[in-house]
Order: sequence, then structure tokens, then C-alpha cells
Amino acid sequence: MSKHFVSAIVNGDEVEFRCDSGETLLDVLRTKLYLTGTKNGCGTGDCGACTVLMNGRAINSCLVLGAECSDMSIETIEGMAVGGELHPLQQKFLDHAALQCGVCTPGILNMAKALLKENSNPSETEVRFGLAGNLCRCTGYDKIVRAVMDAAAEMRARRT
Amino acid sequence: MDYHAPESIHAAISLLVNAEGDARVLAGGTDVLVQLREEMIEPNHLIDIKNIAETRNISICAKEVRVGAAVTGAELGEHPKVKALWPGVVEAVGLIGSHQIQSRATMGGNLCNASPAADSVPALIAADGKVVIAGPNGERKISIEDFLIAPGKTALAIGEFVVALALPIPPTRTADAYLRFIPRTEMDIAVVSAGSAITLDEDGKCTHARLAVGAVAPTARLVKSASGILVDGLLDDDRLEQLAQATSAVCEPIDDKRGTVAFRTQVAGVLACRAVKLAWQRAMERDI
Repeated sequence: MSKHFVSAIVNGDEVEFRCDSGETLLDVLRTKLYLTGTKNGCGTGDCGACTVLMNGRAINSCLVLGAECSDMSIETIEGMAVGGELHPLQQKFLDHAALQCGVCTPGILNMAKALLKENSNPSETEVRFGLAGNLCRCTGYDKIVRAVMDAAAEMRARRT
Repeated sequence: MDYHAPESIHAAISLLVNAEGDARVLAGGTDVLVQLREEMIEPNHLIDIKNIAETRNISICAKEVRVGAAVTGAELGEHPKVKALWPGVVEAVGLIGSHQIQSRATMGGNLCNASPAADSVPALIAADGKVVIAGPNGERKISIEDFLIAPGKTALAIGEFVVALALPIPPTRTADAYLRFIPRTEMDIAVVSAGSAITLDEDGKCTHARLAVGAVAPTARLVKSASGILVDGLLDDDRLEQLAQATSAVCEPIDDKRGTVAFRTQVAGVLACRAVKLAWQRAMERDI
């Protein structure tokens, strides 16, 4: 039997899971909660593929233990589209073809969501710096940056 | 491995003292979890200090600023008062890793990881920071320079852990700065770094100066002669030249993929001058 019994909120739902001391949040999300949208890239906090939001802040889920997540609120890619409607970031990634293989995409979308919450009108440089912790080996980043800028513009327009 | 999350300093010390086998302290985990995964460490116990109130607070009293050992880089960066008092320290911490890392990484962890290239350390030494340590014999406070012994090695004894870092309330017209050299624009490890804190009098003359360099020796080093070169003077080319030479003289770097001995030694002098100039300029801009 796993040692730790943890209650947390994942995508707005109360969840409970058991985990061992060494299991990461990434392990828990993928193998206990079957939320496999969060991807395992480097496992050492370098690539950003496993980025999720914890209490509103973007984190690498490979660098957080499941046991550390008691009473935390976690947002994963599975919770991004609401009621079947894509988040503006998701829609713009499709419109701009800002993904190819897609492994980095959930992490980048979560990071971009956190960035736009902090700064609704970022410059291109701010977007590039903000996404510096997310590696993509397919796109060359240009389309990703354009998609984030465009989504930011749409989200600002929707608010007014 | 067992994970523990004590809620008091006392409980944490008791776990550390009574742990069978190796015990590691966990704060943000951005170094510890990587070391675990790469099997560089295989502790029997992991003691998470984030649920201890004293490690999570930033407090400011008449004498000092205390930043809890589990305060994240993001939280420190969002604290306008600490930023106003010690901008160089806050900027140094802000350079550690990506946004995601900033959400978790702590200044206390950056110090305890004891990397020669740790970004926060030269800035902390320049600001004359102290480490607040709790242990079985009570609390003790030592300087950052004395805390760091060698790469990966600190002055922590068995049963002790870092509760907070303390920075003095700076005297009037004091400011600090931290600069590093990296070949990229972001997210890299310092090849050379320098932190400086400068105090000026009403006439713009230096009354107090501290300078420290990182990534050029087994631990970050205080450039002790900087004070003698800068105090009682104005900032001129002659003094900067002396400062660059004095800085290069304390360097004992290694050759590695990031830089050669010759490069690091020279660039340390250059960065030291730039950090001093920036701290000086910021001090000039302070109200008298």
C-alpha cells in the first residue's frame, strides 16, 4: 500500500490518491489519475513538457512530489477547454499551426496561460522569455509565439 | 525513502536528529528532485520544510529583512519592499531557471545546494547576508561566506537546517547589483558572476563597499580588497582598473565546457567593475 494519502483539486474536481514518497506529481497525473495529456520529457525540469498550474502558478510537475500536493489546486491540459469550447490559446495554436508532434504543446499552453494571466499584453520578447523553459524541437518557436500573441489579443478583445 | 512534512522547527529538528540513515531537507525541490532522479543522492528520509511557518515568511524589522528558506523566487520577486531594499539580491534570485522553476525554487535551496555558480550567492555575500540556522542546540546565525565550504558542502551540522536568510536593513544611500555572464540570453548557468553593494555619502563618495564573485572558485568569494580600493573615493578609471585586477587575483577557476581559466579570470574583473558601477549608480539615485 502506498504511504501517502493525498486530497487535492484537479481541474476543479476533488480527487484523492495514494502515492509513494518518491512519486512525482507527473507520475501521479499520468499513472494514477490517467491524465496523460501532461507529457514526460526530460524529468529534470529542463524541457517544460510536464508544465501544469499549481495554485495558479506554472510548475514542472516532474519536480514536485505527489506527497507535496495536499490541498493544492492543479490545472492540467485536460481542464483547459471548458464545456467543449477550446481555450483561445488552444484555438490559436490550431489556427497558426503552432504544433507539429505535439509533445511540448500541453506544457506550452499551460505556461502561456499562466503568462497571460500575469501580463495580458506581452511583447514578443516577453513571450519568448516567458516560454524559455519550454523546449520545442519541431516548430522553431515562431508560430508558437505568434499564436500566443494572437490569443492574448483575442482575450483582451473579449474582455472589453 | 520516507517523505515527512513537519509543521514546526522543533519537529523538523527532531526528525533530522532521529532519522535512521541519510536525511535530506526539501524546500522547492528543483535541485533535490533532480539529484534523486539521477541517483546522485539516495536519502532514507526527505524532510519537507515548506509547512513550517518560519520558512514561508518574509519579515522586515528595524534591523533586518528575513526571507524564509522556503520562500520561492516568484514570491520574492513579487515583494516590492525587499526589491526596493536589495534589488541586486532579488534580481539574482530571479535569474535562476525558467518561470516554472521560479514558482518552486528558493533562495535558501540555492544556497544549500552550494553550487559554485549559484546566482543568489555573490549577491547575498555583497549584501552581507547571514544564514539563520536551527538545530538541536538552538538557533545560530553565520555569514554566507562561512556557510559555504566547498561545492555541494555547507557548514550545516547533523540535525541542522536553514530556516531563513537575513539581510541587514541597508544604510542610507546603499544599493546593490548582480550581473552574470552566460552565452545565452536566459536559462543558463553562470560562467562568471559578480555582486556588489555600495554605500555613498552626501557628496557621492563611497563609504562602504562589498564585492563578491561566483563561478571562479570552489565557492563564491568576497573580494576583500575591494573595500580598500573604493572606500573614501569617487568612481574613476584608475580605481576600476585596480578593482578589475584585485578581482582577477582572487579567482581560482576551473577549465570546463562553459569557460576557460583565462576567460573566467579576465571576465570576473570586467563583471566586477560593471556590478560596482551599477550598484554605485543605483546608490546615487537613492534619496539622501
